[in-house]
Amino acid sequence: MAASDAAAPAIELVGIDKRFGAVHANRAVDLVVRRGHIHGIIGENGAGKSTLMAILHGFYQADAGTIRVNGHEATIRDSRDAIRLGIEMVHQHFMLVERFTVLENVMLGAEGGARLAPGAARARAELSRLGEAYGLTVDPDARIEDLPVGAQQRVEILKALYRGAEVLILDEPTGVLTPQEADDLFRVLRALRDQGRTVLLITHKLREIMAITDRVSVMRAGQMVAHRNTAETSIAELGELMIGRRLSAPAPRPAPRLGETLLEARGLSLRDAAGVERVKGVDLALRGGEILGIAGVAGNGQGELLEALAGMRTPSAGEIRLNGRTVFPGRDFNAASLRRQRLGHVPEDRLRSGLVRTARAAETAILGYQHDPAYRTGLGLLSHDKILAHGARLMRDYDVRPADPSLRSSLFSGGNQQKLILGREIERDPAVLLVGQPTRGVDIGGIDAIHQRLLACRAAGKAVLVVSVELDEILALADRILVMFDGRIMGELTAAEATEQRLGLLMAGVQDVAA
Amino acid sequence: MEGFDLIPILAATLRVATPLLLAALAGLFSERSGIIDVGLEGKMLVAAFAAAAAASVSGNVFLGLLAGIGASCLLGLVHAYACVTLRGSQVVSGMAINIVASGLTATLALAWFSMGGQTPPLPASARFLPITLPGSEALAGVPVLGRVYAALIGGQTALVYLALLLVPLSAWVLYRSRFGLRLRACGEHPAAIDTAGISVARLRYAGVLIASVLCGVAGAYIATAQGAGFQRDMIAGRGYIALAAMILGGWRPWPILLACLAFGLLDAVAIRLQGVVLPGIGAFPVQAIQALPYLLTVVLLAGFVGRAIPPKASGTPYVKER
Amino acid sequence: MNAALPRWADLILLPLINLLLALGLTALIVLATGSDPVAALTALAVGSLGSADAIGYTLYYATNMAFTGLAVAVAFQGGLFNIGAEGQAYLAGLGVALAALNLEFLPPALLVPLAILAGAGFGAFWAAIPGWLQAKRGSHIVITTIMFNFLAASLMVYLIVNVLIAPGSMSPETRRFTTAADLPGLASFGFPSSAPVNLALVLALLAAGGVWLLIWRTPWGYALRVMGESPEVARYAGIDQGRMTVLVMALSGALAGGVAVNELLGAQHKLLLGFTGGYGFTGIAVALMGRNHPGGVLLSALLFGALTQGGAEMAFEVPDVPSEIVVLIQGLVILFAGALGNMLRPGLSRLLQRKPA
Repeated sequence: MAASDAAAPAIELVGIDKRFGAVHANRAVDLVVRRGHIHGIIGENGAGKSTLMAILHGFYQADAGTIRVNGHEATIRDSRDAIRLGIEMVHQHFMLVERFTVLENVMLGAEGGARLAPGAARARAELSRLGEAYGLTVDPDARIEDLPVGAQQRVEILKALYRGAEVLILDEPTGVLTPQEADDLFRVLRALRDQGRTVLLITHKLREIMAITDRVSVMRAGQMVAHRNTAETSIAELGELMIGRRLSAPAPRPAPRLGETLLEARGLSLRDAAGVERVKGVDLALRGGEILGIAGVAGNGQGELLEALAGMRTPSAGEIRLNGRTVFPGRDFNAASLRRQRLGHVPEDRLRSGLVRTARAAETAILGYQHDPAYRTGLGLLSHDKILAHGARLMRDYDVRPADPSLRSSLFSGGNQQKLILGREIERDPAVLLVGQPTRGVDIGGIDAIHQRLLACRAAGKAVLVVSVELDEILALADRILVMFDGRIMGELTAAEATEQRLGLLMAGVQDVAA
Repeated sequence: MEGFDLIPILAATLRVATPLLLAALAGLFSERSGIIDVGLEGKMLVAAFAAAAAASVSGNVFLGLLAGIGASCLLGLVHAYACVTLRGSQVVSGMAINIVASGLTATLALAWFSMGGQTPPLPASARFLPITLPGSEALAGVPVLGRVYAALIGGQTALVYLALLLVPLSAWVLYRSRFGLRLRACGEHPAAIDTAGISVARLRYAGVLIASVLCGVAGAYIATAQGAGFQRDMIAGRGYIALAAMILGGWRPWPILLACLAFGLLDAVAIRLQGVVLPGIGAFPVQAIQALPYLLTVVLLAGFVGRAIPPKASGTPYVKER
Repeated sequence: MNAALPRWADLILLPLINLLLALGLTALIVLATGSDPVAALTALAVGSLGSADAIGYTLYYATNMAFTGLAVAVAFQGGLFNIGAEGQAYLAGLGVALAALNLEFLPPALLVPLAILAGAGFGAFWAAIPGWLQAKRGSHIVITTIMFNFLAASLMVYLIVNVLIAPGSMSPETRRFTTAADLPGLASFGFPSSAPVNLALVLALLAAGGVWLLIWRTPWGYALRVMGESPEVARYAGIDQGRMTVLVMALSGALAGGVAVNELLGAQHKLLLGFTGGYGFTGIAVALMGRNHPGGVLLSALLFGALTQGGAEMAFEVPDVPSEIVVLIQGLVILFAGALGNMLRPGLSRLLQRKPA
């Protein structure tokens, strides 16, 4: 870098615009990132942060706008261009080849010659130097698949540094980390800043922004809405900017009218396909008329627990009782049979598992209930008329727009897809309703409607279990909160006891001292 | 015991294994890049026809080889275009190529040569001939070793040596070179390649094209070294056996060589056992030996013995995800 | 790549364009060989549809292709690519022959249904194994069914040559089945008795109707389509995919077994080497061209039946163009309709959107 542009910002984005079909992901976004800063970009899911960074890293091309690097206009057609400009990115989903060693992954794309051997020797030396300089120690000969997630992230950072990152972009880096691992990461990022490198941190967690950044930019609905020096702002102000309205305390609601225990798990354990224990001896009991929230950093076994309770996975040990009957261990433990026993389930990942994407909305609206005689003709065959009529009614009742039951399921917005699924699972009057990430990828208007639906289920005496990584959501909905860490329940708090601090400690795997 | 002279059997093993080896290595390069190749058979068939036709017209076996490689590469480009550029189904494309090849070669062979779907038999000058190693005669007197030198180590066509040489070369390229590192990464996790600033499409085209060149050599071998001209559907399933060898070899060059040699040996033995009457059983069931490669593949894929793990991303088109 | 097309364009226009591309390319190749493509195509058309006899042959071939096309299509609906219809049909021939040869004492009204059931059962069994291996052991069904084609071939060659061969015969085939096992021809529909089209055609039509009902009008078919769309969604919905995979493969194999019924009971009246003649692979083209829909499969089976019959006639009329050109057309259809299916879609979608219909 020439000395003359030492004063120029490391990165300058002017009027960046990007559309994906009907989605306007970035609208005339401007951003200035000073060299040697940790710059946070905050916004809700779907605000356009990741798209903006993907454009900066050359993964996508902007439809319009200018990128300047160190004061010079730059064309970034692909990741190669970005890397040449010293811009590196640690993606949310790691870009590591699992069957390769650390060394091979670090060398990929920066091999230093047609033959691997000379470059490998250099890379090995450089890795140990970088490891010492930043406290990023990893065994270069370990296979990625054998490393824990925190170590894999260190490899990603090492890879970026090895390729000569001047600007390092991290996309939601703490989503998979415990708070301790996150602290380690922040220590590394500060060390990078102190060496004059620039860090761009994308997150939707306000506390992280306050803890580590020098400056912060807020995105909302594809637009850049504000820039602040971190020292001069507050969580409250950022939250307001991010959501576009004042953060209100959860609306007061009547105390739960508790019914009988409808869902119960004792000593429930679960192993994944690779034989790793994901859920370790979980006990929980859920009564009619209450919402039980399960909080935790993503990947601590909540998803697996939810799938086990829904009958999608077979536990390795323990007992599950539904409506007073033992369903596991039992001969007929599967999702279809639990559904028949009045268990509703809104899956965590609605696009991957809750929708029949290429089918009409009306067909998605009978998913899991296709055996119901209500959809048959006199001869016992499926009746399209009845399926369409049911779909139309459901879409009207649950305000799914557009209310066209013949439209392909994939063509609805996230919020409307979620309402369709929620409606399908609620309309059959389940005794127990399991809901994973109720509002992931749902626009702000839709969030409230979905929360109201869940509260209505509570009022109707159903037992509702909500798994969410959004603490705000848990606090807004749950009467009791269980916190999961590493497959175990770390502790339980009532809505009144729960504060972000106490939840945070439990999520970090620290037993609640106050309890 | 005149039926079981080992040296001719081993020599036949090498000859039979050569096209399998070439095609299995072809499959290896394609699948390591992430593109499944069930079209080995079709590419070999087209190559065999092109090689025989060109050699027959020009009288030059090397022109035949080049024509074979060229024809195979044309089909390979279609495959790559369908699978990489258009992100179509790789299996469907491979099957299409096999069927197109079968129809196309039969049609062109009849139209151009009017010999009922064959090419004219090639004279020795337009074929790859066994190479007599220097000193073969001098050593002829030495028991065993002399014959091994003349008829096993020597006495093979140039393409046999080429195929064998390609094994260490492939291993080196895959594991010791920049290209190999990238190719393997491309078949495991293409997004990692993309974000490292390398073109996934270019690597996959390269993988498919290398496969096409190797299939071209394999087809040319069958028509101009092993045989002396083209006959209808003359690959006779060897493309699929090569696929089986690649799977049995676990997508690794040296084990693939072993698998191909084993299949070659089975074939060489089976031919010699044809018509042999076993006491108590009757005629030896040659089909049992012929079926063995397929059976072994099924057993291995099912994980009853060991486990065959294909490259993780093979078969899936690469789409940038949001 | 997922440009949305109107239904009619997706189901009719696109397959037609793909067919025209395949035919056009074939015409160019014919031209390149120095023959006259117009003469070849005329011979093809006349040979396939020009007489009652020709139509009888066309329908006879189409029957085979309808069965294998349905077999491939039904598995496709569940997201499974069954390349093994060829081997399944071959094994079905064993079932048909064993029943026809060993139950000769039965009256036709019993013998024929039993032989058909035996064929369907053997075909189902041969297909269910790869299905089971994929469901329980995780083997890739494409590779396993390919291997099972070869295993079927080896097994059948051994059995026919060494075990089932008619005593004293030199050619590798069984003795003729009892006439009680003959499927009646369709002479009463006006076809000359020389035409091999037989009652199996009616069976194929019934099978297509049955498959349609099963896939679009039953909860089982709904579950099958959900599995074909996404195994993850099927898991969420509580669909037992292992069971589903084995069952749909068995159904696919049973349908492929229709080839044995048409060929052995309807025309050959004995089991002989290689009677499946590649129909299992043609089935892939038929299913792709027919968009995996039973109605589409019947239409494209008719088309390919006509091409096969016409191709054989053409080979007589135009000496430099062999009947194998039909194989070329089949391959090209698979290429254009299957592998290159995304080539025309975006452009066609734009074209149709410009002027709203």
